[in-house]
Amino acid sequence: MNPLFEVIRDPDRCIKCRVCERQCANEVHKYDPDLDKMISDSMTCVDCQRCVCLCPTHALKIRPNENQFRPNSNWSHQTMDEIYKQAESGGVLLSAMGNPKEYPVYWDKILLNASQVTNPPIDPLREPMETKTFLGKKSQKISYDANGKAHYEKTPYLELDVPIMFSAMSFGSISKNAHECLARAAEELGTYYNTGEGGLHEDFYKYGKNTICQVASGRFGVFKGYLDTGAAVEIKMGQGAKPGIGGHLPGMKITDEVSKTRMIPKGTDAISPAPHHDIYSIEDLRQLVYSLKEATNWEKPVIVKIAAVHNVAAIASGVARSGADIIAIDGFRGGTGAAPTRIRDNVGIPIELALAAVDSRLRDEGIRDEVSVVVGGSIRSSADVVKAIALGADACYIASAALMALGCHLCRSCNTGKCNWGIATQRPDLVKRLNPEIGYKRLVNLVTAWDHEIKEMMGGMGINSIEALRGNRLMLRGVGLSQKELDILGIQHAGE
Amino acid sequence: MNYVIIGNSAAAVGTIAGIREFDSTGNITVISDEKYHTYSRPLISYWLEGKVTDKNILYRDADFYEKNNVTPVLGRKVVKIDTANKCVVLDDGMNVQYDKLMVATGSKPFVPPMNGLDKVHYHTFMSFDSVKAIRSELKEGMRVLIIGAGLIGLKAAEALYPYNTKITVVDMADRILPSILDVRAGMKMQKHIESKGVKFILGTSADELTEHSAKLKNGMTVDFDMLIVAVGVRPNTELVSDAGGEVNRGIITDTTQKTSLDDIYAAGDCTVSYDASSDTNKILALLPNAYMQGEVAGRNMAGREFRYVGAIPMNAIGFFGLHIITAGSYDGEEYVEETENTYKKLVFRENRLVGYILMGDVKRAGIYTSMIKERIDLGDVNVELLKEKPQMMMFGKARRLDKLGGITK
Amino acid sequence: MKRVYVHEDWCLACHLCEYYCAAANSGAPDMIKAFKSEKKPVPRIQVEEGSEVNFAVQCRHCEGKPCVKGCIAGALSVTPEGIVVCDENKCVGCYTCVLSCPFGCIVIDEEGHRIQKCDLCTKNHNGEPACVQGCPNKAIVFEER
Repeated sequence: MNPLFEVIRDPDRCIKCRVCERQCANEVHKYDPDLDKMISDSMTCVDCQRCVCLCPTHALKIRPNENQFRPNSNWSHQTMDEIYKQAESGGVLLSAMGNPKEYPVYWDKILLNASQVTNPPIDPLREPMETKTFLGKKSQKISYDANGKAHYEKTPYLELDVPIMFSAMSFGSISKNAHECLARAAEELGTYYNTGEGGLHEDFYKYGKNTICQVASGRFGVFKGYLDTGAAVEIKMGQGAKPGIGGHLPGMKITDEVSKTRMIPKGTDAISPAPHHDIYSIEDLRQLVYSLKEATNWEKPVIVKIAAVHNVAAIASGVARSGADIIAIDGFRGGTGAAPTRIRDNVGIPIELALAAVDSRLRDEGIRDEVSVVVGGSIRSSADVVKAIALGADACYIASAALMALGCHLCRSCNTGKCNWGIATQRPDLVKRLNPEIGYKRLVNLVTAWDHEIKEMMGGMGINSIEALRGNRLMLRGVGLSQKELDILGIQHAGE
Repeated sequence: MNYVIIGNSAAAVGTIAGIREFDSTGNITVISDEKYHTYSRPLISYWLEGKVTDKNILYRDADFYEKNNVTPVLGRKVVKIDTANKCVVLDDGMNVQYDKLMVATGSKPFVPPMNGLDKVHYHTFMSFDSVKAIRSELKEGMRVLIIGAGLIGLKAAEALYPYNTKITVVDMADRILPSILDVRAGMKMQKHIESKGVKFILGTSADELTEHSAKLKNGMTVDFDMLIVAVGVRPNTELVSDAGGEVNRGIITDTTQKTSLDDIYAAGDCTVSYDASSDTNKILALLPNAYMQGEVAGRNMAGREFRYVGAIPMNAIGFFGLHIITAGSYDGEEYVEETENTYKKLVFRENRLVGYILMGDVKRAGIYTSMIKERIDLGDVNVELLKEKPQMMMFGKARRLDKLGGITK
Repeated sequence: MKRVYVHEDWCLACHLCEYYCAAANSGAPDMIKAFKSEKKPVPRIQVEEGSEVNFAVQCRHCEGKPCVKGCIAGALSVTPEGIVVCDENKCVGCYTCVLSCPFGCIVIDEEGHRIQKCDLCTKNHNGEPACVQGCPNKAIVFEER
């Protein structure tokens, strides 16, 4: 096998402090006392950049291995490498994080409008600008009594100070410290984080009012106390990174604490089935939605999360009719702790198209107000958030971006359990690398910065509330898109 | 308030610091028979060696007396303490009144009787004047005979080494540094010093001294151009004993450093200390001990109540680049590690560390010292780590956090 | 007074504090120059590594100040702010302070035949001590307690 990367060390800068050696869980760097120098074995390097970031003299860089097989436009180097790997192992290839392939990124083909002359822009530093968002059913029937007092159906909702939430990442796939960062940041930001399918560590029940408790096909860690603690319950039907696939957390990640939280024996593999074995129809889903509402005394909104797949609009329509308060749609670029490479790279559809299709469909069917729509699956910046909302989303889920705020460099090796940034690992010596005191502030910084930017962009369009931006596709124009793509997105081409 | 301090070394400086913590206005008079600003006695060998300048031998800054509002009376000797009239009498007949008196008279070289010594020119190695005298007579290549292979004798040897001298050290004991080292460590140090060219003749003493030659009891003869007698020291206790104060080899004090006489305190090498490592009373002629005794005495003289406890024998010293740190008592169960260049002995008794010798590698020795002083029970200590090296890791989490002020979760 | 405190739960034993400390106090303008020079810079902070916890130790600037009281050369002193500092020109390398320091925080500069100790970076004008600035995980903090 060829190493994927090359570790380049500048001997003029290296002071042999051995920080790289101590910080690499993949054991790439080593001090050789006989040679009195640092040596590197690039074979196990995953390009996580930990050594590069901590090197006090900036003596290191990691670059793709320049060694290449004979160029072939059909058989890429990576494809060939994978064949060698599978010929050796006989196994399914595993990967992590989101689909890295060169599929179109529609966010980058959509441009935002700005006001000029006739409709003045708003300066968010001088004038009020609202990014507060409510998620849940919007009451359709408002009646007034003789005194003019409004009467309407009250349903549970989530109140977000920013239209951004942290999406599901389970304790087990990520570390306890990572969870603490998300929980504390959600509390400070006035938004929500999501437990993922691994239950809720007892230390974090105190963040319950900012917690969305997920119920997935494995039902790990689900019991009444868990459901009661959160602000909402999310039924996970699918995940953008691996639609149609369950989950598999290897036994080595089932530590004492993970075992206790998931309510499964220590060291056993935690296998989430591909389907919920009690759900084969919208009616079955409806049963679970109402069971969970009943279990939580009708006080908490229920979210149903689905992966963006081909007929997502029809599915979303069904979900809306199942009684769910919120639909979460996860695009094909969404991250994962581990997925079969072929699934991650080849299944699902872009979130932009899915969102536009779902929003249009729900509007067409007159049930858009029955549910809120949350989208995730590679929201990379505040501009993506603004575009998503203008396409029809109520709010966005972010996870990869959140992990990057915590140090993740997208090496996509979560499945190895040796995350050098202390995020996707349960090894105590690695977990402690993520100090929640630092991590949560970085998350707060990120979302606060995005919130500022969202206000700037809204102000530029002359819009002063998320409400007025939502589904406002007139604010969007496409560039370099076919008529079909524009039709699905429901936007005009730039210049039109 | 009139404070009078007899002596001008570490104990005296400590006393001044102790008084000034609580009394910034009282008069402090320092009387010393040496004419120098407060200099560091242990640095005289470094001065002679050329490693310390006239300026740097000062123990405190030149403005120390002014800053602390101290009246120095230097070059005057106190001949008597008049307790009835609460004054000290100087050699010029002058009286100095005191309300509180500190006796920090230190010690003097002990010169044992030797045949012919009265007819021979010799030096001691105790004061700035003594090394100045040596320096004035010293010539390159001289043959030097040092009588005494203790700390002072060997420091003298080290100081004279750069002058290309031929040094012979004679001691009655059969090993060097017997007061701080065990036999193994003593031999190691002896070999190290011998490798530099210093000659030892041990287990014998001078039988007959003549000008430039010493006949030893073992029959050998050593010729010399310079003779240094560094056999030991004796505490200066006469002023207190003459005034009726209790003396037993050294001046006896209580834990506030007060002598048996009213308003008279004593500190430093002239006093007897309680050695917490061996539960015995002894003279601990050590600079840190002197300073801290003086400081406690000063605070008590200024009307506060402080007690000095936890003194132990301890030494940090190096000869020809080989360093030793030792502390406590060597009576107990031993753990020894030795390499070519290092020696480590740890002594345990009653489930405590009570003493140690580190030679060569002395890093972080103070952690051991504190364990002896604080009488830390080993129940809470990882003894394997203790034996490995001095480290905070050996302590349990609670003690570690207490010591380091760490954050508990 | 503000002191450096260690949070042992977060110490990764990366030893960066030692390198930042040594470089900051070396007098060299940057770390590369500091460590590529003839005389190896000496860190005044030391990381202890254990099987489960690690932590850095550096002068506590403690109340008792046995090092200052025991210094035979008068090289160690206390600033008005309470910081224990060493006049390296006066230090003769007797190591009495090494013998006295209960935390093992006086560092021996073997090449220089003298000691070095943490002065909270008051001499190199970093504001915040270099070790604290360089710690990637806030395992050491500079604060009043």
